[in-house]
Amino acid sequence: MAKESTPGVASSRPLSPHLQIYNPQITSVLSILHRIMGVAMSVGSVLLVYWLSAAAYGPGAFATAQGFFGSVFGQLILLGLTFSLFYHLANGIRHLIWDIGLGFEMPMLRATGIVVVIIAFGLTTLTWVVAYMRAGLI
Amino acid sequence: MEMRSSLAHARGLGPAKSGGTAHWWTQRLSAMALLPLMLWFVISVLGLVGADYAAFVDWISEPGNTLLMVLTVVCVFYHSEQGLHVVIDDYVHGEVAKLGALIAIKAFSYIGGIASLLAIFRVAFGS
Repeated sequence: MAKESTPGVASSRPLSPHLQIYNPQITSVLSILHRIMGVAMSVGSVLLVYWLSAAAYGPGAFATAQGFFGSVFGQLILLGLTFSLFYHLANGIRHLIWDIGLGFEMPMLRATGIVVVIIAFGLTTLTWVVAYMRAGLI
Repeated sequence: MEMRSSLAHARGLGPAKSGGTAHWWTQRLSAMALLPLMLWFVISVLGLVGADYAAFVDWISEPGNTLLMVLTVVCVFYHSEQGLHVVIDDYVHGEVAKLGALIAIKAFSYIGGIASLLAIFRVAFGS
């Protein structure tokens, strides 16, 4: 048992991570990225509403929406959302495997983390290569 | 001397208040539903690169696509609301701020989800 803290004397109890001096590990970085990507996609879901609503308004509004998504700015947002999706999806599978009680050993945690990052970059690249090929740009 | 057990102090408090297990479980169910749905969605959008309005209407009017798009929208906004709820539980601590944030994400999710569904129906079933 740790003794009660005395004013002015450092406690021997474990502390929460001090973010200023925290040494990031792949486990913690991937964990917070999962949330950040999830929140980013939640914000990005307004674009799904915009896209579908534009179609409901008719050909003119839909063409405007397609033009926005095809612009450099629109493509950058979609690129970020594509990566977020594949990262969150792959890491989500990792979470589901944890939920059934598997994969908690440290070497396995690091290995599956690296696999998730590779899948995220790989599927994002594949998606955009296909998109550019379909657009006739490559 | 305190006669109440620790459990009596904890019960009914905390972020979940009630229904915590159901929230956890349905978050995973919607996640599992979204695995195939989002892959289908990405492939579908790739098929629509450069599509004009007529091609989009043809695509979303196909009964299978209408169904899958409805399921995707429902699961996206449901799962998004659940995820944001957990984030707010973890990071927003003031009662008023927390309540406001939870109401805001609920409103955002319902409005976004229903607007999307109405748009799908409008295009798929003709206006």
